Amino acid sequence: MNNHSSERLYLYPLWIRIWHMINAVLCLILIITGLSIQFSNPSVVVKFKTAISVHNIAGVLLAINYIAFFIGNLFTTNGHHYIMPVRGFFKRLIIQIRYYTIGIFKKENPPFPITPDQKFNPLQQFTYVATMYLLVPLIVLSGFGLLYPEMTLKSLLGASGLELTDFLHVTVGFFITLFMCIHIYFCTIGKTPASNFKSMINGFHESH
Amino acid sequence: MGQIAPTPFVIPDLIIQTIHFMTYEANVRPAWIVLVLLLLFILAYTVLNDSPLIQSISNPPKQNISRKGFSNFKNSAENEMCLKCHGQSKYSYTNKENGKIIVKRMYAEAIVNRDDFYASNHREFKCTDCHSEDYISFPHSGDLRMEAIATCVDCHGGDEKYAKFQFETIDTAFMASVHSQKHSEEFTCWMCHDPHTYKINARTTENLKETITYDNLICLNCHGDNNNYQLLSNKPNPNLLQKHDWLPNQSSHFTNVRCIECHTRNEDTLIVAHFITPKNQAVKKCESCHSKNSILYASLYKHQIKQNIEKVGIIKGLFFSETASIGPDRNNSLNLLSFLIMGLTVIAICIHVFLRIKNK
Ligand code: HEM
Repeated sequence: MNNHSSERLYLYPLWIRIWHMINAVLCLILIITGLSIQFSNPSVVVKFKTAISVHNIAGVLLAINYIAFFIGNLFTTNGHHYIMPVRGFFKRLIIQIRYYTIGIFKKENPPFPITPDQKFNPLQQFTYVATMYLLVPLIVLSGFGLLYPEMTLKSLLGASGLELTDFLHVTVGFFITLFMCIHIYFCTIGKTPASNFKSMINGFHESH
Repeated sequence: MGQIAPTPFVIPDLIIQTIHFMTYEANVRPAWIVLVLLLLFILAYTVLNDSPLIQSISNPPKQNISRKGFSNFKNSAENEMCLKCHGQSKYSYTNKENGKIIVKRMYAEAIVNRDDFYASNHREFKCTDCHSEDYISFPHSGDLRMEAIATCVDCHGGDEKYAKFQFETIDTAFMASVHSQKHSEEFTCWMCHDPHTYKINARTTENLKETITYDNLICLNCHGDNNNYQLLSNKPNPNLLQKHDWLPNQSSHFTNVRCIECHTRNEDTLIVAHFITPKNQAVKKCESCHSKNSILYASLYKHQIKQNIEKVGIIKGLFFSETASIGPDRNNSLNLLSFLIMGLTVIAICIHVFLRIKNK
């Protein structure tokens, strides 16, 4: 235990908690209905027609919610946590990965302790940026392409445009699902397995 | 501010400055990533979409057979004797009494379009193979109007060469279909398959979209044209757009599947189903097509899937086939890969949990 053991930091402002709650619920709904559509045989879990409607509505809501996140991070200090310093980034990433695979079992202290200026460790920062600024925008944009197939590009260099859009949407969906599994698991690595989830409810982070 | 670089370097210099600005002292500002993505999407969906440049790369224009080009076809010289009058909407002859040239309108049903005929399956035929030799003389004798017109089975029935097309099975299916049940003798094969212009399509095509349009136009010839519709029925022609307004993304459906996908009952052995079902038996469930057991596999994609893989190789055949539809379009090897990655992730998490508990 180090000296900032009982410190409580207010890291998650209310708006990010609300955004995150909505986002998590919508993502779960989208994954379940998305899989039902993808693997309809003819109906898996959710009836095909229901799955389509629910998926469409949830997708539009997610897009609106994403805009809130985007604007919020653009104009509040929370956005600072998403600015990735390029220099030495890879090195810091490796240090963090080493901690999660080896150090943590030797009861080492986290290499990048959480501070008000740096609430994400390098690995968190990388995955959050990649997810929130690459994967989610891609899935939202391709989702709109599929929602209005008449508008979607007809062909791109000989390949069917609808097909490419669909392929992108499904592939990115897979990676977001993968992110979510890993994300939720990593959230159990806190002071206690539940403490990070509590943080996302009351806003306060409890340090190791 | 640095000084402006000499002309050839303006562009690279601009790019470097932009990157520098975007990364802001070597910090990645993520909002820019989204902006770039958005721009790329807008570019792809507006500028590249349907742009003549991309269109010409992806679908090089087909060679148009010129009028002269027809002379390559067997019997074309002889056929031209008929087509010079029947090949277009007007014909002319010299009045022997007064030597005047008379131009007359050709009766629409007697027109045989050269482009269509020489693209059709019967293109090597001579007109007089099916029509009487007596048509050689003009004006045609009135008796010729009594000429019996051949049906498909007259030539194709019982012939081993055509056995694979199963004309007899088609005939049975057709007899059971609404077209035959509701319209008795008037409704013949000809209604859909005019032997002057018909070409088999689904099994030979490289462009599925063209086949879909070609086949749907056959139905629309009557169901989309009141004059033709009422040749066989006294009822008003139902408005197809209204009748199908329950269909989501109607225009995508109309251009990506054929009418017969939902309006026929498919017999496995037949290449194209001919049993047109009554309207209350039409397929109406999304899952019938949008599922692993999609009925489209037995109809529209039957040839495509085989061909695609044979012709363009597995990668292009599987990824970029034209068989675009939700659900059935899944790629099995990619699915397997995704299960594998997901499985490995779960295993890694389990090991991590185990080690965390053990080292507590
Ligand atoms: C049921 C599903 C989810 C649960 C239980 C969950 C849990 C959590 C927890 C406990 C935190 C705070 C700890 C931390 O900062 O790492 C967090 C933060 C975060 N989560 Fe999730 N999450 C879920 C789904 C998602 C999804 C689907 C996404 C994105 C697509 C996402 C994106 C984020 C982001 C960007 C943050 C950092 C927010 C900030 O402080 O700026 N989460 N999540």
